[in-house]
Amino acid sequence: MSKFKKSGKKEMPGISSGSLSDIVFMLLFFFMVTTTMRETENKVMVKLPEATEIAKLERKDLTSYINIGTPVRHLQAQYGNDARIQLNDSFKTVDEIRDFIAAERDAMSEADRSFMTVAIRADENTRMGIVTDVKQELRRCSALKIMYSARKTAE
Amino acid sequence: MGKKTPEINSSSTADIAFLLLCYFLMTTTMNQDMGLQRRLPPIPDPNQKVEDQKVNRRNIIIVKINSADRLLAGTEPMHVSQLKDKIKEFLSNPANDPNLPEKNEIEIEGYGPCMVSKGVISLQNDRGTSYQAYIAVQNELVKAINELRDEWSMANFGKPYAALDEDHQTIARKAIPQNISEAEPKDINQK
Repeated sequence: MSKFKKSGKKEMPGISSGSLSDIVFMLLFFFMVTTTMRETENKVMVKLPEATEIAKLERKDLTSYINIGTPVRHLQAQYGNDARIQLNDSFKTVDEIRDFIAAERDAMSEADRSFMTVAIRADENTRMGIVTDVKQELRRCSALKIMYSARKTAE
Repeated sequence: MGKKTPEINSSSTADIAFLLLCYFLMTTTMNQDMGLQRRLPPIPDPNQKVEDQKVNRRNIIIVKINSADRLLAGTEPMHVSQLKDKIKEFLSNPANDPNLPEKNEIEIEGYGPCMVSKGVISLQNDRGTSYQAYIAVQNELVKAINELRDEWSMANFGKPYAALDEDHQTIARKAIPQNISEAEPKDINQK
Protein backbone atom coordinates (compact mmCIF):
# COMPACT_ATOMS: atom_id res chain seq x y z
CA MET A 1 0.00 0.00 0.00
CA SER A 2 2.86 2.32 0.61
CA LYS A 3 3.77 4.74 -2.08
CA PHE A 4 7.39 4.62 -1.20
CA LYS A 5 8.19 1.09 -1.81
CA LYS A 6 11.75 0.12 -2.21
CA SER A 7 12.64 -0.88 -5.62
CA GLY A 8 15.34 -3.48 -5.51
CA LYS A 9 16.60 -2.57 -8.93
CA LYS A 10 17.70 1.01 -8.23
CA GLU A 11 21.03 0.44 -6.51
CA MET A 12 24.00 2.72 -6.79
CA PRO A 13 26.31 1.35 -9.42
CA GLY A 14 29.72 0.51 -8.02
CA ILE A 15 32.57 2.78 -9.01
CA SER A 16 34.87 1.01 -11.33
CA SER A 17 38.28 0.70 -9.74
CA GLY A 18 39.95 -0.71 -12.80
CA SER A 19 41.81 2.49 -13.56
CA LEU A 20 42.97 2.95 -9.99
CA SER A 21 46.08 0.94 -10.59
CA ASP A 22 46.90 3.03 -13.66
CA ILE A 23 46.70 6.21 -11.64
CA VAL A 24 48.89 4.80 -8.91
CA PHE A 25 51.42 3.57 -11.43
CA MET A 26 51.55 7.00 -12.93
CA LEU A 27 52.28 8.48 -9.50
CA LEU A 28 54.89 5.81 -8.98
CA PHE A 29 56.69 6.67 -12.19
CA PHE A 30 56.55 10.35 -11.34
CA PHE A 31 58.30 9.74 -8.04
CA MET A 32 60.80 7.34 -9.57
CA VAL A 33 61.83 9.91 -12.13
CA THR A 34 61.95 13.03 -9.97
CA THR A 35 63.62 11.70 -6.88
CA THR A 36 67.02 10.33 -6.10
CA MET A 37 68.00 7.63 -3.69
CA ARG A 38 68.87 8.77 -0.24
CA GLU A 39 72.46 7.83 0.20
CA THR A 40 73.39 8.82 3.68
CA GLU A 41 71.57 9.11 6.91
CA ASN A 42 71.75 12.49 8.51
CA LYS A 43 73.46 12.36 11.82
CA VAL A 44 73.60 16.08 12.34
CA MET A 45 70.73 18.50 12.41
CA VAL A 46 71.09 20.93 9.56
CA LYS A 47 68.79 23.84 9.05
CA LEU A 48 70.20 25.66 6.08
CA PRO A 49 70.53 29.43 6.17
CA GLU A 50 68.37 31.51 3.89
CA ALA A 51 69.61 33.33 0.83
CA THR A 52 68.07 34.87 -2.26
CA GLU A 53 70.83 34.84 -4.86
CA ILE A 54 71.27 31.11 -5.01
CA ALA A 55 72.06 29.05 -8.05
CA LYS A 56 71.15 25.49 -8.75
CA LEU A 57 73.81 22.86 -8.63
CA GLU A 58 74.33 21.44 -12.09
CA ARG A 59 75.98 18.10 -11.56
CA LYS A 60 74.76 16.31 -8.52
CA ASP A 61 76.91 13.27 -9.16
CA LEU A 62 80.07 15.35 -8.95
CA THR A 63 79.23 16.78 -5.58
CA SER A 64 80.51 15.71 -2.21
CA TYR A 65 78.70 16.80 0.87
CA ILE A 66 80.11 17.99 4.14
CA ASN A 67 77.48 18.32 6.83
CA ILE A 68 78.18 20.48 9.82
CA GLY A 69 75.85 20.84 12.76
CA THR A 70 74.88 19.54 16.15
CA PRO A 71 74.28 15.78 16.36
CA VAL A 72 70.69 14.59 16.21
CA ARG A 73 68.82 14.21 19.47
CA HIS A 74 69.39 10.52 20.11
CA LEU A 75 73.11 10.78 19.42
CA GLN A 76 73.64 13.75 21.69
CA ALA A 77 74.12 11.55 24.73
CA GLN A 78 77.04 9.94 22.98
CA TYR A 79 78.57 12.83 21.07
CA GLY A 80 77.47 15.92 22.97
CA ASN A 81 75.78 18.87 21.36
CA ASP A 82 78.79 20.65 19.99
CA ALA A 83 78.90 21.18 16.23
CA ARG A 84 80.36 18.15 14.45
CA ILE A 85 81.36 17.32 10.92
CA GLN A 86 79.64 14.45 9.18
CA LEU A 87 81.18 12.86 6.11
CA ASN A 88 79.31 10.04 4.46
CA ASP A 89 77.82 8.18 7.38
CA SER A 90 79.92 9.00 10.37
CA PHE A 91 81.32 11.82 12.44
CA LYS A 92 84.75 12.88 11.37
CA THR A 93 87.34 15.41 12.41
CA VAL A 94 88.74 18.15 10.24
CA ASP A 95 91.88 16.13 9.52
CA GLU A 96 89.90 13.30 7.97
CA ILE A 97 88.49 15.57 5.26
CA ARG A 98 91.68 15.02 3.29
CA ASP A 99 91.04 11.26 2.99
CA PHE A 100 87.41 11.87 2.23
CA ILE A 101 88.21 14.24 -0.63
CA ALA A 102 90.84 11.87 -1.98
CA ALA A 103 88.36 8.98 -1.92
CA GLU A 104 85.67 11.05 -3.61
CA ARG A 105 88.13 12.13 -6.24
CA ASP A 106 89.21 8.58 -6.96
CA ALA A 107 85.62 7.56 -7.51
CA MET A 108 85.25 10.05 -10.33
CA SER A 109 86.40 9.66 -13.87
CA GLU A 110 89.52 11.49 -14.95
CA ALA A 111 87.65 14.06 -17.00
CA ASP A 112 85.21 14.97 -14.26
CA ARG A 113 87.71 15.58 -11.49
CA SER A 114 88.20 19.25 -12.23
CA PHE A 115 84.47 19.84 -11.93
CA MET A 116 84.21 18.37 -8.50
CA THR A 117 82.23 20.54 -6.13
CA VAL A 118 82.14 20.33 -2.39
CA ALA A 119 78.84 21.41 -0.91
CA ILE A 120 79.07 22.68 2.63
CA ARG A 121 75.79 22.04 4.34
CA ALA A 122 76.15 23.83 7.62
CA ASP A 123 73.49 24.63 10.13
CA GLU A 124 72.61 28.31 10.37
CA ASN A 125 73.62 28.46 14.02
CA THR A 126 77.05 27.00 13.48
CA ARG A 127 79.93 29.24 14.41
CA MET A 128 82.25 30.19 11.57
CA GLY A 129 85.26 28.71 13.35
CA ILE A 130 84.55 25.15 12.31
CA VAL A 131 83.50 26.23 8.82
CA THR A 132 86.74 28.15 8.42
CA ASP A 133 88.72 25.08 9.49
CA VAL A 134 86.90 23.03 6.88
CA LYS A 135 87.56 25.66 4.23
CA GLN A 136 91.25 25.79 5.06
CA GLU A 137 91.47 22.01 4.87
CA LEU A 138 89.71 22.04 1.50
CA ARG A 139 92.19 24.59 0.23
CA ARG A 140 95.00 22.35 1.37
CA CYS A 141 93.51 19.43 -0.59
CA SER A 142 92.98 21.82 -3.51
CA ALA A 143 89.28 21.15 -3.67
CA LEU A 144 88.57 24.74 -4.50
CA LYS A 145 85.13 24.64 -5.99
CA ILE A 146 82.74 24.90 -3.10
CA MET A 147 79.15 25.75 -2.56
CA TYR A 148 77.49 27.06 0.53
CA SER A 149 74.17 25.26 0.56
CA ALA A 150 71.27 27.52 1.31
CA ARG A 151 67.56 27.55 0.87
CA LYS A 152 65.49 30.08 -0.94
CA THR A 153 64.07 32.81 1.23
CA ALA A 154 60.36 32.43 1.58
CA GLU A 155 58.68 35.50 0.20
CA MET B 1 37.59 -25.91 -26.85
CA GLY B 2 34.51 -24.82 -25.11
CA LYS B 3 36.40 -23.70 -22.08
CA LYS B 4 36.98 -19.98 -21.71
CA THR B 5 40.16 -18.76 -20.08
CA PRO B 6 39.16 -17.21 -16.79
CA GLU B 7 40.10 -13.55 -16.43
CA ILE B 8 42.91 -12.73 -14.09
CA ASN B 9 41.69 -10.81 -11.12
CA SER B 10 43.45 -7.47 -11.37
CA SER B 11 42.06 -5.74 -8.32
CA SER B 12 45.27 -6.23 -6.39
CA THR B 13 47.55 -4.47 -8.88
CA ALA B 14 46.58 -1.20 -7.27
CA ASP B 15 47.72 -2.52 -3.91
CA ILE B 16 51.00 -3.69 -5.34
CA ALA B 17 51.54 -0.32 -6.99
CA PHE B 18 50.75 1.43 -3.73
CA LEU B 19 53.33 -0.66 -1.95
CA LEU B 20 55.94 0.20 -4.53
CA LEU B 21 54.96 3.86 -4.34
CA CYS B 22 55.34 3.87 -0.57
CA TYR B 23 58.74 2.23 -0.90
CA PHE B 24 59.97 4.94 -3.25
CA LEU B 25 58.50 7.69 -1.13
CA MET B 26 60.42 6.42 1.88
CA THR B 27 63.80 5.76 0.29
CA THR B 28 64.23 8.69 -2.04
CA THR B 29 64.72 12.38 -1.59
CA MET B 30 63.57 15.19 -3.75
CA ASN B 31 65.73 18.02 -2.52
CA GLN B 32 67.31 20.24 -5.07
CA ASP B 33 70.65 21.49 -4.02
CA MET B 34 70.91 25.20 -4.23
CA GLY B 35 73.45 27.52 -2.82
CA LEU B 36 76.08 30.15 -3.29
CA GLN B 37 78.96 28.95 -5.39
CA ARG B 38 82.45 30.12 -4.66
CA ARG B 39 86.00 29.41 -5.64
CA LEU B 40 88.47 29.24 -2.82
CA PRO B 41 91.89 30.76 -3.40
CA PRO B 42 94.66 28.19 -3.64
CA ILE B 43 97.05 27.83 -0.75
CA PRO B 44 100.04 30.08 -1.35
CA ASP B 45 103.29 28.28 -1.85
CA PRO B 46 105.32 28.54 1.38
CA ASN B 47 108.58 28.68 -0.55
CA GLN B 48 107.40 31.59 -2.55
CA LYS B 49 108.11 34.96 -1.08
CA VAL B 50 105.25 37.17 -0.26
CA GLU B 51 105.10 39.26 -3.34
CA ASP B 52 104.19 42.85 -3.30
CA GLN B 53 100.64 41.91 -4.02
CA LYS B 54 99.60 45.08 -2.35
CA VAL B 55 96.40 46.24 -3.84
CA ASN B 56 96.00 49.95 -3.94
CA ARG B 57 94.13 51.12 -0.88
CA ARG B 58 91.32 52.67 -2.82
CA ASN B 59 90.69 49.41 -4.66
CA ILE B 60 89.81 47.36 -1.65
CA ILE B 61 86.86 47.39 0.66
CA ILE B 62 87.08 45.37 3.81
CA VAL B 63 83.88 43.87 5.10
CA LYS B 64 84.22 42.55 8.62
CA ILE B 65 81.76 40.55 10.65
CA ASN B 66 82.53 40.21 14.32
CA SER B 67 81.51 37.51 16.76
CA ALA B 68 78.30 39.35 17.63
CA ASP B 69 77.37 39.36 13.92
CA ARG B 70 77.90 43.11 13.64
CA LEU B 71 79.02 44.38 10.30
CA LEU B 72 81.69 46.86 9.34
CA ALA B 73 82.05 47.83 5.72
CA GLY B 74 85.00 50.04 4.86
CA THR B 75 85.15 52.30 7.85
CA GLU B 76 81.57 52.53 8.97
CA PRO B 77 79.41 50.05 10.85
CA MET B 78 76.18 49.26 9.07
CA HIS B 79 73.27 46.91 8.81
CA VAL B 80 73.23 44.05 6.30
CA SER B 81 70.47 45.75 4.35
CA GLN B 82 72.68 48.75 3.64
CA LEU B 83 75.58 46.69 2.43
CA LYS B 84 74.26 46.10 -1.09
CA ASP B 85 74.11 49.79 -1.99
CA LYS B 86 77.49 50.41 -0.48
CA ILE B 87 79.03 47.63 -2.56
CA LYS B 88 77.28 48.78 -5.70
CA GLU B 89 78.57 52.30 -5.21
CA PHE B 90 82.03 50.93 -4.51
CA LEU B 91 82.16 48.75 -7.60
CA SER B 92 80.52 51.07 -10.08
CA ASN B 93 82.12 54.32 -8.92
CA PRO B 94 79.85 56.42 -11.13
CA ALA B 95 81.42 59.80 -10.34
CA ASN B 96 85.04 58.61 -10.66
CA ASP B 97 85.65 59.48 -7.04
CA PRO B 98 89.41 59.24 -6.25
CA ASN B 99 88.58 57.37 -3.03
CA LEU B 100 86.70 54.64 -4.85
CA PRO B 101 88.37 51.97 -7.00
CA GLU B 102 89.98 52.92 -10.25
CA LYS B 103 88.92 51.44 -13.54
CA ASN B 104 91.08 50.33 -16.36
CA GLU B 105 90.25 49.60 -19.91
CA ILE B 106 90.24 45.93 -20.80
CA GLU B 107 89.73 44.44 -24.20
CA ILE B 108 86.93 41.91 -23.92
CA GLU B 109 86.71 39.31 -26.62
CA GLY B 110 83.59 39.76 -28.68
CA TYR B 111 82.75 43.13 -27.20
CA GLY B 112 85.66 45.50 -27.42
CA PRO B 113 87.26 47.82 -24.90
CA CYS B 114 85.40 48.21 -21.66
CA MET B 115 86.04 50.01 -18.40
CA VAL B 116 86.39 47.38 -15.73
CA SER B 117 86.56 48.25 -12.06
CA LYS B 118 89.56 46.99 -10.14
CA GLY B 119 87.66 46.85 -6.88
CA VAL B 120 88.10 43.87 -4.60
CA ILE B 121 85.83 42.99 -1.71
CA SER B 122 87.68 41.45 1.17
CA LEU B 123 85.46 39.54 3.55
CA GLN B 124 86.77 38.87 7.02
CA ASN B 125 85.02 37.03 9.76
CA ASP B 126 85.61 35.97 13.31
CA ARG B 127 85.55 32.40 14.52
CA GLY B 128 82.51 33.25 16.57
CA THR B 129 80.48 34.67 13.67
CA SER B 130 77.34 32.69 13.07
CA TYR B 131 77.04 30.95 9.73
CA GLN B 132 73.69 32.57 9.16
CA ALA B 133 75.16 36.08 9.32
CA TYR B 134 78.05 35.06 7.11
CA ILE B 135 75.74 33.70 4.42
CA ALA B 136 73.53 36.78 4.70
CA VAL B 137 76.55 38.99 3.97
CA GLN B 138 77.75 36.75 1.14
CA ASN B 139 74.26 36.90 -0.27
CA GLU B 140 74.23 40.69 -0.21
CA LEU B 141 77.59 40.80 -1.99
CA VAL B 142 76.36 38.47 -4.72
CA LYS B 143 73.15 40.46 -4.99
CA ALA B 144 75.08 43.69 -5.52
CA ILE B 145 77.15 42.11 -8.26
CA ASN B 146 74.13 40.52 -9.90
CA GLU B 147 72.33 43.85 -9.96
CA LEU B 148 75.34 45.56 -11.49
CA ARG B 149 75.50 42.87 -14.15
CA ASP B 150 71.82 43.31 -14.82
CA GLU B 151 72.21 47.05 -15.22
CA TRP B 152 75.22 46.62 -17.44
CA SER B 153 73.44 44.09 -19.64
CA MET B 154 70.40 46.32 -19.90
CA ALA B 155 72.54 49.24 -20.99
CA ASN B 156 74.58 47.25 -23.51
CA PHE B 157 72.37 44.46 -24.78
CA GLY B 158 68.93 45.67 -23.76
CA LYS B 159 68.18 42.53 -21.79
CA PRO B 160 68.66 41.50 -18.18
CA TYR B 161 71.61 39.27 -17.45
CA ALA B 162 69.58 36.11 -17.02
CA ALA B 163 67.98 36.51 -20.46
CA LEU B 164 71.30 36.82 -22.29
CA ASP B 165 72.80 33.93 -24.18
CA GLU B 166 75.93 32.16 -23.04
CA ASP B 167 78.45 34.34 -24.91
CA HIS B 168 76.97 37.60 -23.76
CA GLN B 169 76.83 36.35 -20.20
CA THR B 170 80.53 35.63 -20.36
CA ILE B 171 81.13 39.17 -21.59
CA ALA B 172 79.00 40.60 -18.79
CA ARG B 173 80.87 38.47 -16.28
CA LYS B 174 84.15 39.88 -17.54
CA ALA B 175 82.87 43.44 -17.49
CA ILE B 176 81.63 43.11 -13.90
CA PRO B 177 83.93 40.58 -12.27
CA GLN B 178 83.08 39.00 -8.97
CA ASN B 179 86.15 39.71 -6.91
CA ILE B 180 85.36 38.51 -3.43
CA SER B 181 88.32 37.50 -1.40
CA GLU B 182 87.70 35.39 1.64
CA ALA B 183 90.60 36.36 3.78
CA GLU B 184 92.88 34.06 5.66
CA PRO B 185 91.33 33.33 9.00
CA LYS B 186 92.66 35.19 11.95
CA ASP B 187 91.73 35.21 15.52
CA ILE B 188 90.58 38.63 16.41
CA ASN B 189 89.80 37.83 20.00
CA GLN B 190 93.00 36.01 20.81
CA LYS B 191 95.55 38.27 22.36
